Amino acid sequence: MISIEDIQSNMYLQLAKRNLKRQTFRTVLAAIGIIIGVIAISSMGILGNSLKMSVTDSFGDIGDKLLIYPAPGEDGVTEKQIQQMKKVDGIDAIIPAYSTGDRVEYKNSYTFGSIYSIEREDLEKLAEVEDGQFFKSGSTDCVIGSSIADNLELRVGSKIEIGDSRLRVVGILKERGMGFDIDADTGVFTSAQMYEKMYPGEGDEYDFAIVRAEELDKVDDIKEDIEKLLNKKEEVITVFATNIILESINEAFKSISLFLMGIGSISLLVAGVSILNVMLMSTMERTKEIGVMKAVGASRKDVLTMFLLEALLLGVVASLIGGLFTIGAGYLILSLVVKNTSYLFSLATLIYIFEGILFGVATSLIGGMYPAWKASNMRPLDALRYE
Amino acid sequence: MSDPIVQLQNVRKTYTLGASEIHALNGVSISIERGDFVTIMGASGSGKSTLLNMVGCLDTPTSGKVKINGTDITKLDDDKLTTIRRDNIGFIFQQFNLIPTLTAIENVEIPMIFSRVPQNLRKERAMRTLEQAKLEAEYAYHRPNELSGGQQQRVAIARALANEPPILLADEPTGNLDSKTGKSIMELLVRLNEEGTTLIVVTHDQKLTEYSNKTIVLMDGEVSNDIY
Repeated sequence: MISIEDIQSNMYLQLAKRNLKRQTFRTVLAAIGIIIGVIAISSMGILGNSLKMSVTDSFGDIGDKLLIYPAPGEDGVTEKQIQQMKKVDGIDAIIPAYSTGDRVEYKNSYTFGSIYSIEREDLEKLAEVEDGQFFKSGSTDCVIGSSIADNLELRVGSKIEIGDSRLRVVGILKERGMGFDIDADTGVFTSAQMYEKMYPGEGDEYDFAIVRAEELDKVDDIKEDIEKLLNKKEEVITVFATNIILESINEAFKSISLFLMGIGSISLLVAGVSILNVMLMSTMERTKEIGVMKAVGASRKDVLTMFLLEALLLGVVASLIGGLFTIGAGYLILSLVVKNTSYLFSLATLIYIFEGILFGVATSLIGGMYPAWKASNMRPLDALRYE
Repeated sequence: MSDPIVQLQNVRKTYTLGASEIHALNGVSISIERGDFVTIMGASGSGKSTLLNMVGCLDTPTSGKVKINGTDITKLDDDKLTTIRRDNIGFIFQQFNLIPTLTAIENVEIPMIFSRVPQNLRKERAMRTLEQAKLEAEYAYHRPNELSGGQQQRVAIARALANEPPILLADEPTGNLDSKTGKSIMELLVRLNEEGTTLIVVTHDQKLTEYSNKTIVLMDGEVSNDIY
C-alpha cells in the first residue's frame, strides 16, 4: 500500500515540486493558462447542457405521448383499432379525437382555430381550465384555448359562431405552449354530439388518437407493439412517438455543447503551448543539472519521469483549481444567459467539470512530453559542459 | 594478479570541428589496478578531460577498447553506459555540481534512487555516507547555497560514494577551494583510497601527485610519461 506519507516523501515528487517553485512566477503564469482553459471548456459544456435543459423543460411532458394517425389512404382511426390498442402494455390512456380547422367568429371579428371533439374526461388529461369549467357531455357548450380567447376578446359566457352553429364558451384553457398532440391554445373543444351537428357526415372514424404511456421509457415499446398489432396485414395507421422530438433536441444540443467546448478548448491549446514553452525553458536552464543527474546514474527513463511528473503536478494542481473556479464561472454564465442557476447543480455539470479537469491534465502532460523527451535524450557529456 | 579495473587499449578519440579533425586521444593505452590512486596530469588540450570521460563512461572511443571493471564499454548504448556508470563510478566535479533544490542529504540520496535503493534504507545510508565524507551532521538538511565550498565538496564526495562504487573519478577536486580546504579534501580522498576505492584524479596541480602512487602525464593526446 502506498500511504500519503510515501507520496509526500517521494523524491521525484519533491523534486518536481521544488523545481516548479524555483520559478514561481513563471509556474503561476503557466498554471493560469491551464486554469482558464479548464474553466472555459467546462463552463461552455455546462452552458450547452443548461440551454438544452431549459428548452426540454419548456416542452413539458410531451415525450410520453404517441400520436396515432390513419395511414395514407385510410379514412381514419376506427373504434375497433382503438379497442385493439388497449391490449398493448404500458398505456396509461388512449384519447381518440375528431378534429378539423374552421373559422371562429365573435361579433365582427374572426380567427382560425382547430375544432376538436374530445370527451370531457379525456380533455381533462391534456389541458387545464384556467377560467370557468369543462363542457358537459352532450351540451352545445365549448371550451376554448387561451390565444383564441385573447384574439377575439372572449370571456366565459361569450357566444361564438362556427359555421352556422353558435357555441357558448364555458371555459378558457390555461396557456400550454407548443404541443404536438393538440393545439390547446388555438383550439375549440366541444362534445361529440355538437361536433356531429356541426360537421355531419364526417363518419365514425376518428381523425387521430393520442396514446399516453405510463412511463417515458415505455414509449418505444408501445410504438413497436401498436405497429405490430395493427399493421399486421397492411399499413392502416401511422404512429408518431413524440419522444423523437426530445431525442432530436438532445442531439442538436449535444452538437451545440460540443461546439461550445471546442471554442473553450482553444484556450486550453494555448495553455498547452505555454506549458511546452515553460518546460523547454526550464530544460535549457537545467541542462547542466540533467548532465549531473545522468553522470550519477539517472537513466533516460528517470529523467523522463522527473520532467513528466513536473508537468503532471502542474497540470493536476492547475486543473483542480480551474475545476473549482468553474462552479463560480458556471453560476455567472447561467445567471446571465439562461437566467436559471438551478441547472448548475446537476450530474451533467459535475461531468463537465470532470471532463475539463481531465483535458487540463492531459494538455499539461502533452505539453510536457517534448521537453521531457528532449531532456532525457541529452548526452551527459554535452549537458555537463553546458554553461 | 587480478585484471586491471580500468583498461584502455590504443584508444583514439577524434572530434570533427568544422572542416578539421581534432585528435583528442591518439592511441592511449593505460591500465589501472584495483586500489590504485592515479593522478592524470597534462596541460589544457592535452586530452585529459577526454580520457576522464572515457573512464567515466560518459563517452566512447572512436577506436580502441575501454574496459571498466571487466566490462567492455566500447560498443554500449546510452542506457547500458548509464548502468555501468551508476554501479561503478563515483563522480567528483570541480564545480561540485550539487542539485540546488535538494538538501545535502537528498543530494546523497539521488544516486541511490537511480539504483533503486528502497526508501527506508536511503536516509540512513545517506547519513552514514555524509559522516564518511566528514560533513557535520547539522549540515545534512542544508541546501547547497547555505554551505561553504569545502562542505559542498564533502557532500559531492558523499554523493559519489552513495552507491559504493569501486572507482572514484575526481576532476580537479580542489580547483575551486582554498589550499587549506583543498588539503583536507585530499586527505579525505586518500583515506577513501586506503579503504580500498580506486581513485583517479585529473588535475594540472603538481602538488596532488604527491598523494598518488601513480601519475599519468598526457601531452597532445598521448601518454608521455607513465611513471613518476
